[in-house]
Amino acid sequence: MAMTFMEGNEAIGLGALAAGCRFFAGYPITPATTVFSSMVRLLPPAGGICLQCEDEIASAGACLGASMAGLKVMTATSGPGISLYSEHISFAIGSEIPIVIVDVQRLGPSTGSATRGADGDVQFLRWGSSGGIPVIVLAPVDVRDCYELTVHAFNLAEEFRCPVFVASNKEIGMTRESVDMDSWITPPLVERKTAPEQEPYLPFRSHAETGVPPFLPIGGKVLVRQTSSTHGEDGFITIDPALIEADRRRLGDKVTKGLSRFTFFEDLPAEGADTLLITYGVTARAAMAAVRNLQSCGRPVSLMVLKTLWPVPEALIRKKTEGYARIVVVEMNLGQYVREIRRVLGERTVEFFGKMNGDLISPATIEEVIKNG
Amino acid sequence: MASLINRNRPPAYCPGCSHETVTKALDKAFQALGLEGNQVVLVSDIGCSGLFDTFFNTHAFHGLHGRALTYATGIKPAQPHLTVVVTMGDGGLGIGGAHVASACRRNVDLTLLILNNFNYGMTGGQCSFTTPPDAVVGSGFLNRLERPMDAAELVRAAGAPFVSRCSSYRKDLPDKIEEAIGFNGFSVMDIWGICTGRYSKRNKLTPSTIQESLCALPPLDGPVQCNLREEYGTHYRRVAALEKKPSPPRAIEPVFEAPGAAREEIVLLGSAGQRILTAGEILCMAGMTAGLRASQKNEYNITVLRGPSVSELILSPEDIVFTGIEKPTVMVALAGEGVARRKALLSSLDESALVLRLAGVDIPPTDAGVHTVDLKSQGVRPPDFALASLAVLAKLERVVNLPMLKAAVSGRFRGPVAEEALSIIDKVNP
Repeated sequence: MAMTFMEGNEAIGLGALAAGCRFFAGYPITPATTVFSSMVRLLPPAGGICLQCEDEIASAGACLGASMAGLKVMTATSGPGISLYSEHISFAIGSEIPIVIVDVQRLGPSTGSATRGADGDVQFLRWGSSGGIPVIVLAPVDVRDCYELTVHAFNLAEEFRCPVFVASNKEIGMTRESVDMDSWITPPLVERKTAPEQEPYLPFRSHAETGVPPFLPIGGKVLVRQTSSTHGEDGFITIDPALIEADRRRLGDKVTKGLSRFTFFEDLPAEGADTLLITYGVTARAAMAAVRNLQSCGRPVSLMVLKTLWPVPEALIRKKTEGYARIVVVEMNLGQYVREIRRVLGERTVEFFGKMNGDLISPATIEEVIKNG
Repeated sequence: MASLINRNRPPAYCPGCSHETVTKALDKAFQALGLEGNQVVLVSDIGCSGLFDTFFNTHAFHGLHGRALTYATGIKPAQPHLTVVVTMGDGGLGIGGAHVASACRRNVDLTLLILNNFNYGMTGGQCSFTTPPDAVVGSGFLNRLERPMDAAELVRAAGAPFVSRCSSYRKDLPDKIEEAIGFNGFSVMDIWGICTGRYSKRNKLTPSTIQESLCALPPLDGPVQCNLREEYGTHYRRVAALEKKPSPPRAIEPVFEAPGAAREEIVLLGSAGQRILTAGEILCMAGMTAGLRASQKNEYNITVLRGPSVSELILSPEDIVFTGIEKPTVMVALAGEGVARRKALLSSLDESALVLRLAGVDIPPTDAGVHTVDLKSQGVRPPDFALASLAVLAKLERVVNLPMLKAAVSGRFRGPVAEEALSIIDKVNP
């Protein structure tokens, strides 16, 4: 089998291109820079546009403009850039602008360590916008996931008209691996639903079933209004509390009600296991190795790897944790996603191990956590 | 052509506000240019200048404070036929300063109207980037401490090819706006006006004092000769059309057999300039020619020409799964800087591991077998040390063999570079 040597960031670029991305704007930042490098190589010959902007605010802003003008758009950064994206993430949520945002996470807080990995942004991605409306966050484990989940991210952004994050990690984005590209699966592409090209067009009148407003581009025949301010169906400011309330709920509901269709996860149950290990991202790889080692020592442990982090796949978590005496969550931070697992499981005890020093959590560490619990 | 003013939402500014004058002038300019509403997008953000987009029957994009230019920069290349007009105040000019300067450098075909009324009208008349120090504003004494900025001079210096600094009350304002919109490139108008709601309540500012102040400044009222150049979008499309489609990532066929059958964890320890990372890549590709799975993680200083360079590699007949190095089987010590980064790991090795040491490089005590090689005396230059160390491994039949290594080099390089690399591999004596 012929293999290709590739890093996660390059696979994200290939995924974006395959998904129909034709606009990228970004600002270089380690460890996300090579997403930009890929896009500047891939997009122009494909008739697309790749901009290097003056900062992350401008990068996200240019993406929002291009998205409303009808293109599929993506930007990529790391924690410090997500901070600067914040106002435009809020804009994309509230004004229903499709955009894929890649966060190749690095060790924080703040400028932190540019070349050290972490999964320290998983709550930040969920809550780092004004208004607190739900967002979609997908977390790849390896290079193949970087490709496939990026395509899914575009599909979801287009379907729901919202920002979708790919929460990668320096340890995936900048680690090169041999991969069998022939085995990669490109999910069928989803395009945003359009409205009939006729006046009057109400840019925020949502579809009764999906809760998503059909799209027309700025620059088309029919006039389109886009605004970051609290608006009615016509895109003009509204102060009607009933209307505002309904619309705020719709923004979250349209995403959460489709969740079962995009609950990505990997389930590795072990026969006779009394313990379920839950993790995500690059730590899943250490967990897989740990579970394998434990099995060979006669200690079966089940593993669940979550690839859709937000909205929290609550039904899945409840179902998959049934019957286990122990639930152990391991993540590359000091305890972020475990809060969600504990919230979902209520009364049950959920053990936690986290580390945040720039090093990967090793299989041996996870084995100890399991053995010593 | 018909007016593009939105009859359902007619302009409603404070009485006497100069924004209304500019709104009417902009409408006249649209009419003179024969533009229909769907041929225009008005892009605006926060502040009274952000009311513009609601007063016109055009496409509209209204966003966050100071960011209008960023949206316009995305809209225009996506819809090149569209006339894109951006409005901002002196507030947006300040908070979006980097965007203004960048738009000037970039020269996308946008028209920026700066509605400069010397204060933040919407939040209570605080001082802005353009407030004179002797003005009475809502920021207490603070404006006395800061110097106002000449917006037109700034954009000229930043490369805007069309700059007009003028009064809202000039008679030919519609004509000048028409000229700015018609200009193929980034055109900026710094339009001075009066905020009756806040500023002129406490400060003497009239159309004639504005005119006097403008007359005291060097004139800027149209194309800036030294900044004239090709518009960004046209330029982009012209250059992009010449870009070659990148070749698809190269797949490596398994054709050889590796010397060992176990998982190998290799760490290359060197310094900048020794091409450690390239050697790491070649070793991985060499492994792949024998059907091994490979992974590579690198560590280097931001000063890429100085300091340590470390490459962590795994080659395995099985899927790698965990990409961290836990128990190296081979460590290659080519420079003290790299060794210093992995001292503890070197000390922890057992006798099954191999340390390949360049003569003269100190390593901590270790149980591993140490193989010392003097590359300098063999005429190998420092930039080739890492490659030569792979040749040593191949000749020792450790991790890779010569056919694997040579195939990787021939795949990675072409022409004289490949020949040079192959000759180094041949000549190195383990």
